[in-house]
Order: sequence, then C-alpha cells, then structure tokens
Amino acid sequence: MPSLIELRDVWYQYNPNSPLSYWALKGIDLKIERGEFISIIGPTGSGKSTLIQHFNGLLKPTKGEVIVDGIEISKTKDLKALRKKVGMVFQYPETQIFSETIYDELAFGLRNYGYSEDEIKERVEDVVKKLGIEYIPLDKSPFLLSGGEMRRVAIASVLAMEPEVFVLDEPLANLDPQGRRELLKEIDYLNRKESLTVIIVSHDLSEVSKYADRIIVLFDGTILMDGPPREIFKNVEKLLEISLGVPQIVELLYTLYKKGADIPYNILDLDEAVRVIVKWRRSLGNRDKLRTIPTT
Amino acid sequence: MAIEISFGQYLPLNSSIHRLDPRIKLIATFISIIFIFIVKNFYGYALLASFLLGLIILSKVPPLYIFRGLKPLIFFILLTFALHLFTTQGTVIFHFWFLKGTMEGLRNGLLMVARFMLLISFSTLLTLTCSPLELTDALESLLSPLKRIGFPSHEIAMMMSIALRFIPVLVEETNRIIKAQVARGADIESGGILSRAKNLIPILVPLFINTFKRADDLALAMEVRCYRGGEGRTRMKEYVLSQSDFLFLFASIIVGIVSVLI
Repeated sequence: MPSLIELRDVWYQYNPNSPLSYWALKGIDLKIERGEFISIIGPTGSGKSTLIQHFNGLLKPTKGEVIVDGIEISKTKDLKALRKKVGMVFQYPETQIFSETIYDELAFGLRNYGYSEDEIKERVEDVVKKLGIEYIPLDKSPFLLSGGEMRRVAIASVLAMEPEVFVLDEPLANLDPQGRRELLKEIDYLNRKESLTVIIVSHDLSEVSKYADRIIVLFDGTILMDGPPREIFKNVEKLLEISLGVPQIVELLYTLYKKGADIPYNILDLDEAVRVIVKWRRSLGNRDKLRTIPTT
Repeated sequence: MAIEISFGQYLPLNSSIHRLDPRIKLIATFISIIFIFIVKNFYGYALLASFLLGLIILSKVPPLYIFRGLKPLIFFILLTFALHLFTTQGTVIFHFWFLKGTMEGLRNGLLMVARFMLLISFSTLLTLTCSPLELTDALESLLSPLKRIGFPSHEIAMMMSIALRFIPVLVEETNRIIKAQVARGADIESGGILSRAKNLIPILVPLFINTFKRADDLALAMEVRCYRGGEGRTRMKEYVLSQSDFLFLFASIIVGIVSVLI
C-alpha cells in the first residue's frame, strides 16, 4: 500500500519572477503513513504553513511531486475530492465562521459535498459529541460563543467531513491551558480510536510532544530532523539554537546533564523525569546525600 | 484563486530614486505631468520619455513593472487612438468600412497615446519607488498650509495611511478565508452569476466581521495612547531636503521646459 502522503523533492517559490521572490520550501522529501500522529515544528518563516498547503492542493509545488493517496496533485482535476480526504484547519479558524447558526456552520462542508440533510444531521450530532461541545445549543448563533468554543466549532466543521488526514495549523494558539489539554486529548482520542491520521503544526515542541509519535523539525524550508520525540529531544542544543520551545522538563534535565549529571534528558513527561532524577540521586550515594539534602 | 494586489505596488529597493524625499518626488511627478499635457510635438515626448527611461534605470525597477502598470489601460489607450484617427478632419489616407482615417488624426492619435503612456508610467514609477506611507506623509506635509483655512489635512492623511496600511492585511485575510472555505469544499470559481454571488457569502461575512473587530481594536489602541489628532504631534522620521532632492526637482523642471520649447 502506498504512503498516504508522499512528497518528492518539493520546492516552492513565492512571487516567482519578481525581486520579492523567495524559496519557502527547498527540496522536501517526506512520507506520511496512515494512522500517524505527526507534529510539524519550526520557527516562524520556516515553511510550515507552506508545506501543509501542499497536502490538499491549495498550493502546488514549483518543482517536485506531491502524491496524496496515489494521486499526484499537480495532475488531478478533482481537487475537491482531495480536499475532503485532507481536512485542513487553518490558524485562528474561528475567523472563518460565517453562518447564522452553529448547525449551519458545522454543516457547511457537508453541504458543499452534497450530503443529504439526514446524513448531515447524523454527522453533525456525531462530531459535536466527539469534540465535547454537545452542551452548546446548535440553533444558537456562533458569534455568541466564547473564543475557545468558536475554535471548537470551526475545528468540528472540518472534522464533520470525516477526512482521512486531519491537518491543524497552530490549533492551540490563544487557547487557555485547559482548552489546550482538552483539545489535544480529543484529537489524540480520534487518532487512537478512529485511526485518523493527524498532522499538527506548531512552533513549540512542549505542546504536542506527549501525543505525537513523530516530529518533523522544519528550518529554512528544509527538514532538519524527522523522528520520534525521544530521538528529537537528543538534539536539545540544536533545537534551542533555532529558537524552538522545548519542554521545560527536558531543558532542566539537559542543564543538569551539562553540569555533569549522568542522566538521559530525552524524556517525554514529568513522571519519567521524576524517576530519572530519583535514580540519579540514589546513584550518588550517601556522602552526597548528606551534603546536599537539607535535614528536616 | 489568490488575489494579487496591484494597488500601491511599492518595490522596496535601495536606489538613489528610492532615497529621494517623497515630497520632492510627488512635486516632480506633478510637474512632469503638467508638462506632459503642455507638450505639443513628438520631440518633446521623446525627451520626456528618455528622462523617464533614465529615472527607471536609476531606480533599479525592472521595466516589466512599468509595463504592468500600463496593461489595464491598453484598451482605453487604443480607443482614444481610434477616436482621434477617425474623427479628425484633414487629408484622408485610408478608408476602413465607413470610417476615414486622416493624416492629422494619425498624428493626434499618436500624440495622445504617447501622452497617456507617459502619464501612467510617471505615476507608476512614483508608486513603485515611494511606499504608500511615504506618499501620505508627503501629502500631509504639502497640504499642511491649508490647515489655516480649516482644511483637515492631518485627519485626511491619517485616514489615508490607515486605509493603505490595512490593504495588505485585508488581502492576506481574504486569501486566508478563501483558502479555509475552499478547504471545506466551497466552490468559488464556477457557476453562474447568482451562485457565484451566493458563494461569496462565506468569504464576505467573516471578512466584514473581522474588519469591524479590527477597526474597534485600532480605535481603542489609539485612544489608549492618547491620540488626539495632529495638534502638536511630532514625528520620529523628519524629512530633510538634500542636494540630490533639489537636483532632481531642478532636472524635472528643466526637462519639462525644454520639451515644451523644442
């Protein structure tokens, strides 16, 4: 079975043939398989948003090939079908809301693809449950919702189309910590239970590293690193150098490591960090314990 | 699918023309335009055209950009040419259907074409080498003497610069909304007039809402920083006239006068 999304030496140039032209992507080779939870990380201007717009044919490569589910996007005439397969949520998706009721907003995509009203109703109710917004009356105007709720409605409206790949560009920006956690958990649930392929774009590793099973670090239009979070965190120094946020706990362990502590720092969460630190303290023996730990 | 802005096509290059004082550039362009209207023969236009060519070379702007400014008006220019060719009385040189083309008409028509092309090219060069903000600054500065008779020159310049400032933001926002709706299966390019107009709703509604929100935010931000109009306001970047500014102005006037006289 071919990869779900495959990019072969993709280059993309903005404003071609003008003094303002520049290459946003410089030779991207990438394979994305079904069921993966990928996070694309990179500092501002590294080409993240340009890259993901190739996945559903909003942008077409200046050079190279993009193949989605066996179809080359530069050659296909049916981009609409492609865009149903690849659901895309842009930055600040709440700014795209326009309908009079939340129901209509959620049904917008489905209506565009000609679903019957019965099917639409079924899918809307289904997606509302999935994203945990069933407490909101659907006949209300979406403009009366809070910012976080509007974000969820906008995300739900894409999810309602039941895409095979769910691409989200900075979905956590401007959400409060609880909103972030909940949204990530729901997306993670969809990834595990419904084997939805998820691609999340972010400029902060700490947000998604807990859920993503693969991290792609983009820098200056090229792929700098590609691998599981544990592998990526081995290069903390490089990540900090290109001004990417790494989880604080990784940064802490790395600082200890640099000061001479014999500990791994490519860990994923707080529990693991505690285990690592406790083990390290024990290995130092009694002498150190007496000197550094205050007696109470 | 994406909209491209052709308005205020400023090309941020570093050239001697770009560095000139925007007030001088505005005045000089204005003077050149006046002379373009006065000039009555081809020698004058040839001189003005070579002056323009020199400026384009100095400004490092690719000539393609000047042509791009002419492109939308080609139909208008050709129509004017045809009107002059066929309606001027004089020696008939050829017949076309029931129309008579005259020698005098040909001459007048070509003069008109030269006049239009120069007019547009001069003003295109101005907008290519002056950022919209520089232009409004220049306008405010040049209109400020009118304040004495109650003309709100600062307010008008402020409104203009805010409007200009937000054009790229709006274009970007429009493109983003279009992309977002297209990603949800919206069809914005096909269908008849009615369905096309209907398809604009998912783009226009969010655009209006966001624009009003932004206007509100901006008004608040200005209020918070105690904006109370132009009274007693100083600017961070003062424009100071340099030798090259005077030289440029002088050259424009001389070229204009000579092109009228020859």
